[in-house]
Amino acid sequence: MNTIRKNDLLLIGLGIVVFAVLQGMMTEGLIGSFWKLNIFIICINVILSASLNLINGYTGQFSLGHAGFMAVGAYVGVVLTTNFHWPFLLALVAGGAAAALLGCLIGLPTLRLNGDYLAIATLGLGEIIRIVIMNIQYVGGAAGFTGIPHLTTFPWVFFVMLFTLIVIKNFVNSTHGRACIAIRENEIAAEAMGVNTTKYKVIAFTIGAAFAGVAGGLFAHCFYIINPSSFTFMQSFNYLIMVVMGGLGSLTGSIAGAFVVTFISAALASWPEFRMIIYALALILLMFYRPQGLFGYIELTQIGIVQRLKLKGGHK
Amino acid sequence: MDFASQFVQQLINGISLGSIYALIALGYTMIYGIIKLINFAHGDIYMVGAYIGFFAITMMHVSIVPALLISMIITGLLGMLVERLAYKPLRQAPRISVLITAIGVSFFLEYTMMYFVSPTPRTFPGVFDDVALHFGSFMVNGQQLLIFGITFILMVVLTYIVQKTKIGKAMRAVSFDVETAQLMGIDADRVISITFGIGSALAAAAGVLVGVYYNSIDPLMGIMPGLKAFVAAVLGGIGILPGAMAGGLILGVIEALVSGFISSTFRDAAAFAILILVLLFKPSGLLGKNTREKV
Repeated sequence: MNTIRKNDLLLIGLGIVVFAVLQGMMTEGLIGSFWKLNIFIICINVILSASLNLINGYTGQFSLGHAGFMAVGAYVGVVLTTNFHWPFLLALVAGGAAAALLGCLIGLPTLRLNGDYLAIATLGLGEIIRIVIMNIQYVGGAAGFTGIPHLTTFPWVFFVMLFTLIVIKNFVNSTHGRACIAIRENEIAAEAMGVNTTKYKVIAFTIGAAFAGVAGGLFAHCFYIINPSSFTFMQSFNYLIMVVMGGLGSLTGSIAGAFVVTFISAALASWPEFRMIIYALALILLMFYRPQGLFGYIELTQIGIVQRLKLKGGHK
Repeated sequence: MDFASQFVQQLINGISLGSIYALIALGYTMIYGIIKLINFAHGDIYMVGAYIGFFAITMMHVSIVPALLISMIITGLLGMLVERLAYKPLRQAPRISVLITAIGVSFFLEYTMMYFVSPTPRTFPGVFDDVALHFGSFMVNGQQLLIFGITFILMVVLTYIVQKTKIGKAMRAVSFDVETAQLMGIDADRVISITFGIGSALAAAAGVLVGVYYNSIDPLMGIMPGLKAFVAAVLGGIGILPGAMAGGLILGVIEALVSGFISSTFRDAAAFAILILVLLFKPSGLLGKNTREKV
């Protein structure tokens, strides 16, 4: 427990430093509005990839419906802030809760499936969520929901991201998280050791969905309009790419994956016709040379050089 | 039009759409059966097939059947090339990396095509526009006859290849157990390559037929049908050829009935809902066998 707290404080401290630097650069005008928006998107994508990593990377359940949960959080959030004038925090929490509830309801039956069957079932569920939203006239249908207050600010996205990372990190390092990792390594063996596999799969799925919902709420309040077409299965693929690119089962990897993917697509925005071609080639080449992703199953703190620095400073 | 004849009409539309899904699903299921890869690029192979057919008809001025054959051959070779360049180096890699590579290949095909042919949809030249068979109050138009005919022939040919030829036997052996097949002297790499070739050729045929049926093709046309075809393959039991055929037809009919009688916006949702229901009650698909996982 003690070490966990120490690490948390370190993470929070590091987070505040990064936050202060970025916030300073934004107020000084060193970061233009284009890159500012992209920093927002990176933070939101970190939340999404970290929460998807909990499901795909740590628990080993192949889910492709993350954009659906994000859509639920986004729509619940915007309806509450725009039509009912709830405070932003409550709307985010409510969006996350709605996504979590849906995740739990969906997870209970579908998590009995394994591997590629689960993948296609969750992909289908994500699409069903999107199509249902598209047919609800109250939220604008296919045309989208307009007039959303622009509530997402940099402190919001950054600290929600930090909170997500700390919660997921501590979950993974807890008894529950160990159970999830055991399921990933070998479901039958985990069951034989007395792990309630269904329970832990549903827990991981629900937590992942909750954070996806919160990220959806943040995402929706970045713009004045949201549209069901922002939440297609292509988006779910995108988050999966971030997770795999960074490394399944590595939170540092999720951060790196979200950063790299968002950065590449923003940096290539000036060449729209080549953007996706270069992105596709980068993806294929990365899988050729590092099929385990940038970080593999390793966290930044486990890499040799960081370990050595820690040993020098830490032990007396 | 009364309910019964409208029902039959939707059934005919559904079977034509379903035949196309079935052709794409066959490629999916063959590739999955042999290397356990959800080849997300398969829908884009189908798109490339449609474009090759389009250029064969408009530029080389050939009729539909030669265009179909040209498209199937070139696209088949493309499928083999994709396998050789993108998937073969990853034979030993984790499955998820191969899946991400497949998504990468899919993006690459879509946007490279978009760069060369522009994103605007092209109008596919009309074929068999003036042919139609009327049965009482409902009718089968020329394009639908073409789809039924071509699909039937291709399925017969495929069944013959898989069941009666030496390469078909090798394919079945490799999909059963790669290592044992290799020990028996089967060149697994060659079999995998040929499987990609055949699967891609079938997808190309589906692409040309869709062009004929809907008269419009565009570089992103492969995304949704690709996904639907995968749903069809899973619905029928992935890795099983008759399952893919049945799954495709069932999916097509359901979609046509839902868009005819409920609302076309719920068409896609219905397809996925059916899939999930089938998976919940029969996780290995309609024609799949339940296998217990062993330690």
